[in-house]
Amino acid sequence: MKRTFIVALVVLAVLLAVPLTMQAYGLRIGTTMLMYGVLAMSWNFIGGMAGYPSFASAAFFGLGAYAGAVAQKYGVPHYAAWALAGLVAALFAAALGFALLRLRGHYFAIASLVVAEALREIVNSATALTGGGMGLNLPLPQASSVEAQARFFYYAMLGVAALTFAASFLVRHSRLGFGLRCIQQNESAADMLGVNTTLYKVIAFVLSGAFVGVAGAIYASWVHYIEPPDVFDVLYSVKPIVMVLLGGAGTLFGPLLGAGVFLGLEELVWRNYLSVHTGVLGLLIVLLVVFLPKGMLALRKA
Amino acid sequence: MSPLLELRGVTRQFGGLRALAAVDFSIAQGEVVGLIGPNGAGKTTLVNVITGVHPATAGTVRFAGEDVTRQQPWQAARRGIARTFQIVQPFPDMTVLENVAAAGVFAGSAPYGVRAEAAAMEHLGFVGLAERARQRAGSLTLAMRKRLELAKGLAMQPKLLLLDEVNAGLNPAEIEQALALIRAIAARGVTILIIEHLMKVVLNLCSRIVVLHHGELIASGDPQGIVRDPRVVQAYLGRRYAAH
Repeated sequence: MKRTFIVALVVLAVLLAVPLTMQAYGLRIGTTMLMYGVLAMSWNFIGGMAGYPSFASAAFFGLGAYAGAVAQKYGVPHYAAWALAGLVAALFAAALGFALLRLRGHYFAIASLVVAEALREIVNSATALTGGGMGLNLPLPQASSVEAQARFFYYAMLGVAALTFAASFLVRHSRLGFGLRCIQQNESAADMLGVNTTLYKVIAFVLSGAFVGVAGAIYASWVHYIEPPDVFDVLYSVKPIVMVLLGGAGTLFGPLLGAGVFLGLEELVWRNYLSVHTGVLGLLIVLLVVFLPKGMLALRKA
Repeated sequence: MSPLLELRGVTRQFGGLRALAAVDFSIAQGEVVGLIGPNGAGKTTLVNVITGVHPATAGTVRFAGEDVTRQQPWQAARRGIARTFQIVQPFPDMTVLENVAAAGVFAGSAPYGVRAEAAAMEHLGFVGLAERARQRAGSLTLAMRKRLELAKGLAMQPKLLLLDEVNAGLNPAEIEQALALIRAIAARGVTILIIEHLMKVVLNLCSRIVVLHHGELIASGDPQGIVRDPRVVQAYLGRRYAAH
């Protein structure tokens, strides 16, 4: 536990210092990596710790993006709008969780997958509020330069990532995390031992939604313009799963490590195999999952 | 004194199949009761009804004076009803110690953390698994897993312990050990309901036996009476025991 703390502090210090040496491109990559980190660590609550394969990340991300954007449209300052987006995503996850978490395994996965699609259609048709298919513009933050702006969003994303990590740490070392592990191992046995499985799963699902909602809202402010196919993209559901599996499901640092490695691969492959990059990336992922089913953190123990 | 567990007219229907038909029976505090009957008689269903896995279609279940007919399994666990499974159900990738600690934390009153592990260690010592504490639960032999189930059951600090075929699949030496363990548990004052196919075990441990057949309770009484009961002999035991 003490070592975890030290490693976390070192990582945080590095992440805090990194922007000082970076240009706009580097900051952009860094911000994306932190965003991926938030998505991966969030998915880890429900997918890694509780073992429920959720495909709802895109729904939380898009919902957060739109909640933040619409709030700012009505004059809410950006910090408050971001926090509000997290709250909206959390409440949505709670309501959704009580409905969906009665399903197990594949049924839950499929049900969670259509949520983003449903939200996308709703956003598409609620033109008055969301601009529908035309998308929504967000106010530009006041910053002296392009670099200062990039740095601002980097630190904003870092803040959310740090909060998500802190939440993971607390859950992992608590009764809640212990109960989630029991559920992941054998849900009916956990039930028999006195774990209130429905409540625990809903809490995990809410945790997996709240921070993603904030990240979505920050993303919206960062790119100044959002439209439904962008923020409800199914890739926001799939990528975090791949990252967590890459790094190590259910672990503390695995999702972060996976996010970094995944982004590295994505950039590298995209740059060198522009026309076939999704194919090459897919192949790499298959190879990694086949040869490292427990993620890269498992290498350290072996 | 009112009984610890009381079933009144408990019926459980699975579609067209009536697994339990108007079963009445009760267990007093401190009793060790055996539940026998042929395969498919409804024994495990009865345990599932008591623990809330399959709520009764009709009738009531009362535990410690409280109506618990509609409870969820986790509520049953927290009220003090612990069960072991015919097919053992550990958390395979957790250590043996964590398995027992989980029972203490979620059903018992152990706070999460070191104290839960210390309490778990005592239970492991009691069932003779102390030296396996740090091993993965999935790596245990069947006999050890059965003992792990018992340790988990004890960690839940139960008022009532339901043992569903704890001896199935064990060899004679292992059964002897399991018998000694169950006797030691009973000596602590835990009320026990044992589901068992081995008459030797039931006759050895129980002060009373109830017999299920086709979902109906066909007999209940002291062991000597039960083995002579013609309906029980016909439905389940055969002539071997009747001769005694």
